[in-house]
Amino acid sequence: MYRYDEFDHHFVAERSTQFRGQVERRLSGELTEEQFKPLRLQNGLYLQLHAYMLRIAIPYGVLSARQMRQLAFIARKWDRGFGHFTTRQNIQFNWTRLEDAPDILDALAEVEMHAIQTSGNCIRNVTADPYAGVALDEIEDPRVWAEILRQWSTIHPEFTFLPRKFKIAITGAAEDRAAILFHDIGLKIVKGPGGKTGFRVYVGGGQGRTPYVGLPITEFIGRDRLLSFLEAIMRVYNLHGRRDNIYKARIKILVNALGLEEFRTQVEAEWGKLDKPSIDLPEVEQKRIAAYFAALPLKPAPTKDARIDARRRSDEGFDRWMRLNVLPHRVPGHAIVNISLKEPGKIPGDASAAQMEVVADLATRFGNDEIRVTYQQNLVLPNVALRDLDNVYDVLVKADLHTANTELITDIIACPGLDYCNLANARSIPIAQEIALKFADPVKAEAIGPLRLNISGCINACGHHHAGNIGILGVDKKGTEHYQITLGGSPKDDAEIGVIVGPSFTAEALPGAIGTIVETYLSRRTDKSETFVMAYRRLGKAPFRNALYGADAPRGPSDKKEPADV
Amino acid sequence: MSEPTLLLKPLSPATTAARLWTPAGFVTDLWRLTADDAPFPIDGRAIVSLAHWRAEQPALLATGLAVGVLVEASDTLDPGTDNLERLRLIALNFPKFTDGRAYSTARRLREEFGYTGQIRATGDVLLDQLPLMLRSGFDAFEIVNAPTIAALERGIVPAVHHVYQRTVTRDASGWQPRTQR
Repeated sequence: MYRYDEFDHHFVAERSTQFRGQVERRLSGELTEEQFKPLRLQNGLYLQLHAYMLRIAIPYGVLSARQMRQLAFIARKWDRGFGHFTTRQNIQFNWTRLEDAPDILDALAEVEMHAIQTSGNCIRNVTADPYAGVALDEIEDPRVWAEILRQWSTIHPEFTFLPRKFKIAITGAAEDRAAILFHDIGLKIVKGPGGKTGFRVYVGGGQGRTPYVGLPITEFIGRDRLLSFLEAIMRVYNLHGRRDNIYKARIKILVNALGLEEFRTQVEAEWGKLDKPSIDLPEVEQKRIAAYFAALPLKPAPTKDARIDARRRSDEGFDRWMRLNVLPHRVPGHAIVNISLKEPGKIPGDASAAQMEVVADLATRFGNDEIRVTYQQNLVLPNVALRDLDNVYDVLVKADLHTANTELITDIIACPGLDYCNLANARSIPIAQEIALKFADPVKAEAIGPLRLNISGCINACGHHHAGNIGILGVDKKGTEHYQITLGGSPKDDAEIGVIVGPSFTAEALPGAIGTIVETYLSRRTDKSETFVMAYRRLGKAPFRNALYGADAPRGPSDKKEPADV
Repeated sequence: MSEPTLLLKPLSPATTAARLWTPAGFVTDLWRLTADDAPFPIDGRAIVSLAHWRAEQPALLATGLAVGVLVEASDTLDPGTDNLERLRLIALNFPKFTDGRAYSTARRLREEFGYTGQIRATGDVLLDQLPLMLRSGFDAFEIVNAPTIAALERGIVPAVHHVYQRTVTRDASGWQPRTQR
C-alpha cells in the first residue's frame, strides 16, 4: 500500500499545526463560528446534535494493521470506545471534543492519516473498489489512480470552495463495486485504442433530493491526460455550478441544466486551453506511485484444503460464512474475506475498539497487513491464505464479527439518522436494527438471496436509499417519523434509482411492510437464480403495491418517479 | 443548515478600515474605487466596474491614465473584447469567502490570458484563504477583517509550504522534487 514519503509527512504535520492554530483562534474568540466552520469542516470536524464529530479519511478504504490499531486507540482515548465506518470508506467518531481535535490529528499523522477534506465543499475522499488489486475481474489496480487523485485534490487551491461537496469514485474491474454511477465523477478503467488502459469518465451522478445516474462525458481519456481533463470539469463546475441554493448546487444539477452535450463542449473548450504538462502527472511519477501497489508476492497454493473442507462439512456456520463472506482471490489458494459489521441488532458500520484490534491482529497474522473498508460499511481482509480461513473464522466468532450476510437483506447501509444527525427527519439506526432482527435467521436471509436494503434518515440520502433494491427514506409527517419505501434501485453497472411504491409507513408498520415485499418476491420469483432486483424488473411495482396496500388502493401522487420532498 | 447551540459564543465579525497587503507586507493603496457616475480622477489609478469599462473603454483609454476594473464573482471576462492588457489592475471580488469562483477566474487570467498586472482580492478576504489565493494568482489583498490584519501585522501567514499542485506560482509540486531525486 501507499507509504508517506518525507514530503507527505511534512504536508500533514504542517496542516495539523495550522489547524491547531485555527482551533486556538476559535477558542480565543478571534474566529467567529461562521469563519471557523469551513476550516473545521475541511479538517473533518462537524458539529452534530450532541457533540463534535470527527470524520477521518481512509483513502480509498485502505488501512494497515497499524493504522487500524491507532483508530482503536483514538476510539478509547477520545471517544466512547467505538467508531463508525461510513459510506465514503471513512471512519467517524461521534463523541469528540473540539479541544481534543488537534491531538487526535497528531495521533493520526503518526500513522500517515488525516481528516483533510472529509467534509466541506471540496473534493472528498476518493473511494474505490474494496477488492482492488485482488479481484479476479480486474483490468488494472485502481488504487494507483485513487492515490494520484488523492494527492491532486488535496488542498487544491482552486477547488477548495466549490459550490458544493464533490465525490469521485474509481473502479478497475469489470463489475462496479464502488457505485461509480452515483458519484459526481465516476471513473472506470478501460482498455482503449491500441490496448492501452485509460478511463471512461462519468459525470453528474448523485443521490440527495434529486438523484441522477452519471452520464459518460468521455468514453476514453488516456492516463497521461486524466488530471487535466478532471481539472477542466472542476473549473466549469466551480464557475458555473449554482451557488444560490444548496439543494441545486451539485454538479448533477449543472450537467442536467446544460445537457450533457453542452456541458461536454464547455469542458472540452476549457481543457483545450489548459497548460496540460503543468497539471498532468509525469510518467516517472505514475510509476513511482504504482510501485507502492505492486502485487504482493503471494505463492499460488492448492485451491482445495482437506482440513477446511472437513470443517465445512461438519460446521454449518463456517460453511455458510465461507459461501457468503469469502471470495476467490486472483492468486489461487488465497481468498478475500469480508468481515460484516452488520450483526443483526447492532448499529450498521459500528465497530468497538476491541473489534478494531481483533481485525488489526488478523491482518497482521493472516492478512499480509492489509484491511479494506467497503462503502457498504463493512471491512475486508483482502489477502488471506485458504488454509488459514478456519483460524480467521474462529477469531472472528469470539469478537462477534462472523456474521455471514455479505450483500444479503441484513447487510444494511444506514445513515446515522436522528440519533446523531441534525439534518435527519427520522431515525435510521433503530429501523435498521429492527429489520435486520426480523431477518436474523441466517437460513432465511440466505434463501432470500442478494438484496441491497438501504436506509436514509432524510432526503440528503447519506444512506443511499435511492440505490437500494429496497430503499427506505425517513420523512417527517405532521411531527411523526414515517418511512417511504422505494423499490428497484441498484448501485451497480445496471444503476437505477428506486421508485416509490406507495404511501409511507410508520416505524411500527415498516418491518411488516418489508416482510410483505420479501414474501411477494419469494412467491413470484421464477427460481432462486432470479434475484430480488431481477424479479422486480420483470414484475414491476404492481404486485408489491397490491400486496402492501390492497389491489384497490388508489394510485396516489407519490407514483411519480422522483421521491417527494416530504 | 441549522446548528445546535454553540459551545462558544460567536463574536460578530470585526471589520475595520481596508488595508492593502501584499506578500511584501502592508502597502499604501494608491487606487480608489470610482463609481460609474463619478468623474474619472485626473491622476488616474481608478478602479471602475466591468460594465463601465466595457461601455467607456475608448474614453478611458484616451485619458492615458492607469485603469483598474472590479470584477464580480459572476462576471466572465472576455479576453477578445475586454482589452485586459490595458488594465493595470483587476480586482476580483469575494462576496463571501465561501464563494470560490474568483480562484478560477484568477488562474484563468494568469495561465490562459497571460495577464501580468495586479490581481487584487477584495470583499470577504480572510487569513486562512490567503495561501489559496496566492497560489491561484492573486498578488494583492484588500482586507477589512480586523483579526486578519492583526495576524498579518504579527507576520503570521498560514502558509502550507508543501503542496501537491503546481498552479500559477509554479510551486514545486509534490511530484516534481520527488521525480528529480
